Amino acid sequence: MSEDKKDKKGIALSRRGFLSLSMLTGATALSLSSKSEASIDKFKGWPGSFGMLTDLSACVGCRSCERACNETYNMPQPEKPYEDSSVFKERRWPDGRTYTVVNRYQGVGKSKRTAYRKVQCNHCLEPACATACPIHAYEKTPEGSVMYDEDLCFGCRYCVIACPFNIPGYDYDSAFEPKIVKCIMCYPRLKENKMPACAEACPVGAITFGKRDDLIKLAKKKIADNPDKYINHIYGEHEVGGTSWLYISDVPFEELGFSVNLPDRPIIELTKGYMQTVPIIFTTFPAIFGLVYAATHRKGADTKGGNE
Amino acid sequence: MSNQGTSFKDWMKDKLFMGKTPVEYSKTLVTPFNVVAAIILLGSLPVFWMRYTQGLSTVIHANSEYPWGLLLSWGIFAGEPLFACGFIVAAAYYLFGMKEFKPFVRLAVLGGMLGYIFAASYLLIDLGRPWRIYYPMLINYGPASVLFVVAWHVSLYCTVQLLEFSPAILEWLGSKRLHKWAVKLTVGLIIGGVILSTVHQSALGAMYLATPGKLHPLWYSSMLPLLFFSSAIYAAMSFAVILAQFAVRYFSERCDREFIEAVPTMTKILGKGAALSIFVYFALKILALAQDGRWGYLMTGYGYWYLVELLGLVAMPMVLFIIGVKMDSLKVIRVASLIAVVGILINRVNVNLIAFNWNQPNHFAGIIPPWSEVHMIAAMVTLHIIVFRWIMNRFPVTQELPQYRGTH
Ligand code: SF4
Ligand code: SF4
Repeated sequence: MSEDKKDKKGIALSRRGFLSLSMLTGATALSLSSKSEASIDKFKGWPGSFGMLTDLSACVGCRSCERACNETYNMPQPEKPYEDSSVFKERRWPDGRTYTVVNRYQGVGKSKRTAYRKVQCNHCLEPACATACPIHAYEKTPEGSVMYDEDLCFGCRYCVIACPFNIPGYDYDSAFEPKIVKCIMCYPRLKENKMPACAEACPVGAITFGKRDDLIKLAKKKIADNPDKYINHIYGEHEVGGTSWLYISDVPFEELGFSVNLPDRPIIELTKGYMQTVPIIFTTFPAIFGLVYAATHRKGADTKGGNE
Repeated sequence: MSNQGTSFKDWMKDKLFMGKTPVEYSKTLVTPFNVVAAIILLGSLPVFWMRYTQGLSTVIHANSEYPWGLLLSWGIFAGEPLFACGFIVAAAYYLFGMKEFKPFVRLAVLGGMLGYIFAASYLLIDLGRPWRIYYPMLINYGPASVLFVVAWHVSLYCTVQLLEFSPAILEWLGSKRLHKWAVKLTVGLIIGGVILSTVHQSALGAMYLATPGKLHPLWYSSMLPLLFFSSAIYAAMSFAVILAQFAVRYFSERCDREFIEAVPTMTKILGKGAALSIFVYFALKILALAQDGRWGYLMTGYGYWYLVELLGLVAMPMVLFIIGVKMDSLKVIRVASLIAVVGILINRVNVNLIAFNWNQPNHFAGIIPPWSEVHMIAAMVTLHIIVFRWIMNRFPVTQELPQYRGTH
């Protein structure tokens, strides 16, 4: 297992090295790229990494998770207290001040019930944010959390564009130290063998913490035990290559504002083909245009138009 | 031309005040355009002050769903295809040996170079921490990121353009020896410029490959890089047509006979090139639609808007280009160019804003920019024109100085 991890890290490093090289020497990168791209294909998440399973049929909208998160990370106080349900009138979204919010959806599902959905970073197995960042400020940790390094970020917000779930928040209010703000799946707590604060705080057990593989088994079992109740889908099992945070629900996911049009392939797979053509352009264009130049500037031909 | 004997005052008079004394010069500055420009620029100062002292949220519209607003869309995505004019015209002349373009090369390179400098300036407004702009180049690398590719190629390309334009700067300064060297470098630079342009124009489209499920299916396509690249070609040609016309109309006293006489021929050649490349783009657009089987979306609100773009702003200029070339009509080619340029601007804004996150609740409320963002754009455009004018009035852009004739 640990051998396995080391290997993955090595690959991650070589992947990092590969394009900076290709910027300089197209040819070397060409041979390198096919190797490192192959390893991207095989990457199916860190073995034994953690995850979360939200059972949307259980959530009662008490916002204990929001409060626990806020207190754990000393985030700015919300404008209205957590008990005030008037916040549900608007659709809120994680931003520069919060990692997570709970939204209310009325009249959804077969029974036209009131449902709640907690929103936060889904900690993708192959995160689009990490693929997108030109400075590599994101990292998927072996534990499962997707971490962000404020010291590297220059604030282009391409990660926000690329995130399929519109998650990274940016503190646009700060002129001098703006940064991305997003859920870290309690990475520091995981390191202390504690579960994420929201899972611990949930009074009805709507959020389960565990190994992702076990959570998938649990979700499958829950659905199988109660096929009339649950939608037969684990959201996050395959979406954009899979996410560490999983959801099961008794209400169709689209009615709770989930994107249901996402591909099963990770985002990096969609840009990979293009990235591979870059070194090809670098290696072939000089030859092509060199030939064009030679052809249009032959001796004897009228060369007044060209150089020299 | 300045030499050792001239005093600093004469140098200033010659190089900066267009051969006038400072007092004479400042009198020429009071024109209606300048007054309006001054009002726009002065008015924008508090807006820029707010942006840099109170944060982005005070001046632009931005949140987790719409991290980029009109400022970035206009400044980078809509502008850059037009500013490919530098590499297109330079390649036509230096690589393909199309002599007709000779008098035009510098103007096109200037248009491109300035455009890129301004694109970088828009970025300095929009980046959260603009003082870290060099981070992807020096501090840490995100090799899997398409934006990483854009960052590298745009910055290298800016350098290449500056070098390409350097003969004009050196002539202005009167340095003959450096000038000779700069000219010698040109062909290598042009090939480099072609590569860098190809990559980054297509990369701007490739950036949106990462947004399936967010970008409307009519605009999302695996062919985005190709679509962005091919549209940049005709956009650049159209922009070049407009640029040449603009120079003749507003800077006629700075254009030599050779330039003015070459404009009709160049316009026709560019019109022909644009007709061909816009046709290729149109065909690719249809192919993209068919490949992904997106026909069903055409009969929705977004579908109608898509058709406005495809038929009104691509097919129509395409037909006009063909008519213009067939009828030998400069006027028709110029009208076609104008429509084509508008079409590109709208296409890029569609991808960045209008069709992006289209299925979010309250989508349109999310993308309407506040006045301050529009004001910043107006200020940047004004500044762009002023800098362009400043250079046109001083540098040998649309004329050949007699002492450098035949050296480039
Ligand atoms: S949900 Fe978004 S921010 Fe979170 S890991 Fe995935 S891509 Fe990154
Ligand atoms: S905003 Fe920061 S973290 Fe996000 S892509 Fe840009 S540099 Fe990377």
